Amino acid sequence: MHNIGCHVMKILNNDQLKDNILLQVKNLKMYFPITRGVLRRRIADIKAIDGISFSVRKGETLGLVGESGCGKTTSGRCVLRLYEPTSGQIIFKGMDITHLPERKIRPLRYDLGVIFQDPSNSLDPRQTAGSIVGEPLIVHHIVHSKAEYEEKIAELFRMVGLDFSMVDRVPHEFSGGQKQRIGIARALASHPSLIVCDEPVSALDVSIQAQIINLLKDLQEKLSLTYLFVAHDLSVVRHMSDRVAVMYLGHIMEITGSSELYRNPLHPYTRALLSAVPVPDPEVEEKRQRILLKGEVPSPLHPPSGCCFHPRCQEATPDCSQIVPPLRVVGDNHEVACLRV
Amino acid sequence: MSQLLSVENLKTYFTTYHGLVKAVDDVSYYINDREIVGLVGESGCGKSVSQLSVMQLIQNPPGEIVGGRIMFEGKDLLKYPSMGTDMRSIRGGKIAMVFQEPMTSLNPTLTICQQLTETTVLHLGLSKPAARDKAIEMLKQVGIPEAETRVHDYPYQFSGGMRQRVMIAMALSCNPKLLIADEPTTAIDVTTQAVLLELMQDMVKRYNSSLVVVTHNLGIVARYAQRIYVMYAGHIVETGNSRDLFKSPRHPYTIGLLKCVPRLDEEQGRKLVPIEGIPPNLINMPPTCAFLPRCRFHSEICKKEPWPQLRQVGAQHWVSCYEDIK
Repeated sequence: MHNIGCHVMKILNNDQLKDNILLQVKNLKMYFPITRGVLRRRIADIKAIDGISFSVRKGETLGLVGESGCGKTTSGRCVLRLYEPTSGQIIFKGMDITHLPERKIRPLRYDLGVIFQDPSNSLDPRQTAGSIVGEPLIVHHIVHSKAEYEEKIAELFRMVGLDFSMVDRVPHEFSGGQKQRIGIARALASHPSLIVCDEPVSALDVSIQAQIINLLKDLQEKLSLTYLFVAHDLSVVRHMSDRVAVMYLGHIMEITGSSELYRNPLHPYTRALLSAVPVPDPEVEEKRQRILLKGEVPSPLHPPSGCCFHPRCQEATPDCSQIVPPLRVVGDNHEVACLRV
Repeated sequence: MSQLLSVENLKTYFTTYHGLVKAVDDVSYYINDREIVGLVGESGCGKSVSQLSVMQLIQNPPGEIVGGRIMFEGKDLLKYPSMGTDMRSIRGGKIAMVFQEPMTSLNPTLTICQQLTETTVLHLGLSKPAARDKAIEMLKQVGIPEAETRVHDYPYQFSGGMRQRVMIAMALSCNPKLLIADEPTTAIDVTTQAVLLELMQDMVKRYNSSLVVVTHNLGIVARYAQRIYVMYAGHIVETGNSRDLFKSPRHPYTIGLLKCVPRLDEEQGRKLVPIEGIPPNLINMPPTCAFLPRCRFHSEICKKEPWPQLRQVGAQHWVSCYEDIK
C-alpha cells in the first residue's frame, strides 16, 4: 500500500521534469534466492534491494551512499542490467529495460557505461591498455577503419590524461591511479549517456583520489555526462553529486540535494551517518555532535519489520516497527522515508 | 607530562631483489603519558613499519632494524632480542597492538575465550578460571552483549565490528601502558568506525594508557589526536599539535593533503587541488627530499641538499622543509 503511495508521489514529482529524465527506477526489488538441496529448492531470499525509486536527470550526478550491504552496488548493477531485477521497473531513455532479454540489451550496452572499484582486478591483465580502451569501439561498431580506431584511442588517452606512448603496456605496468584512468577511458569509448561509477576512488590513496575526482568532474563538464555515483565515503559522494540518495538495508532513506543533505538532514540514519564522518579540522570537530548508533546492521535475510532502521533508531516509536514508511516529498527537492519527520 | 616512549633515529630497511627499501629512515618521535597521538600518511609511507619496529615484529629476513633507539620506560627495547623473554613480556603486556584487519588477526581455530585468556595467563599470571572471568569482564567493557556465552564462540561467529571489539578487549586486557592501533577501522563501516574509535578513546582514558592511532584518514586524527606526525616516504615531514597542524600546515605535503580531500562541511563547488604525480618508489631513493618531484614550492636548494632535518617553526611545531611556507 505504501509502495503505491510512494509511486504516485514519484510520478507527480517527475512529471515536471519528464523531458530531461534519463533514467527512472520505480519500486525496484532485487532478491537473491538461497537454495538448498539437489533440486536447488528456494528456501529464503536475501532482499538486497527492497523497493527503491529514484530518477536521474540528464547531465546530473546522483550519488548513492550507504554502508556495506545496503544494496548500493546491487542498484548500480541492476541499472546496468548485469542482474535481472525481481520486480519493479527500470526506464532508460523512455524504454523499459527491466526484463529485456540479453540479445536486446546488448545493442544498448554502448549507452550504459561503468567504472569499477578496483582498477587492478577490473582490467584484463593480458590485454594492452590500448586494446582495453579500444574494445568497445570495435564491439559496438563505432569505428570503421584502423586509422579511425587509433585516432579515437589517442583521443581517449589524451582525455583522461594518459601518455599515448603507454598504449602498448599491460595493466600491471601502471600505477593504481593510471589504471583507473584506463578504466575511465574504456567507459567513455562508446560515449554512453549514463555512466555508473561503482566506488571509483575507494581503492586509491588520498592524493590520487583527488586527481580522479577532478578528472571525472572535468569530463562531465566537457562531455555533459550523467553519472550514477555509488560510494561509501559520504564526503566524496557529496563533493561529486548534485543529489544524494542515502541507502540502508535495501531501502532509500532520504534523497536530496547535496548541500541540503549536510545542512538539513531529516532522517535519523542520515544524521548518524553524517556525524560519524570526521572532518579534518580539530576546531570544527570539537563542536560537532556525535550520534553513536547502537547494534549492528541487521541481516537482509531477516530484515526488521516496519522501518528497517527502527531497531537502531533513537527516535523510534512503537509505530515504527509496524509501518513501512514510504519515501515522501517533504520539501523542495527533498524526499525522506521516516514516520517521525 | 613525562615521555612514555621515545623513538630516536629509527631505521628499518628491507632487502628485496630489486634493491634496498628504506621503509623507515631516520624517524624520531615520542609519546607522552596518557596522550593520543596520530600518525598519518599514505600507503607505503612507513607508518605501519615504524610501529611494528617498536614491537619488534619485523620479519627478518627481509626486514631489519638497522639503527636507532627505542626508549620505553627508561630502557632501550632494541637491546633486547626480539624473541627473548624481556621483549615477550613487553609485547602484548606493556605495549599492545590492534591490527588493521579484524578478519585475519584473530585465530579462526580458537575460541575467543582461548585467545583472550592467553595474554592474561602469560602476562598477569592469572589462573585459568580467573582469566576466563577477566575475559568476560573485558568483553562486557567493549560492549559485546551476552558476553558469558559469546566468549566461547569462534571468530567467524562475530561480525567485523565485533571482532575489532574483541581485538580491543584483548589488547587492553593486560592494562598496557601504550596501545598502538594500526589502521583500526579501515575495513569497517563509518558508523561502526565512529563507535569503535569512541570506545578506544574511553578505554585508554579509563586505563590511563597512551594511544597511537595509525591512519590515512585526516578526519580521524583531527577528531581524536592531540599531537600528529605526518609521514612521507619513510620520513616524518611534519609534527605538531593537532590544532596548529591543521590550522597552519607548513610542509608542502601536509598542505597538499589537506587541500586534496573533500570535506563534509564545505560548500559545494570547491575544486580539489590534487597532489600531482605519484608517491615515490622506495627502492634506491635519491638522497634529496622524496617529495621534491611532486612539490609546488621547491627551489634550487632542494635539488642540491639532502633530505632536510626537522626544524622548529612553533612551540611544538616542527617541519622538515627548506622552504618557509606560510
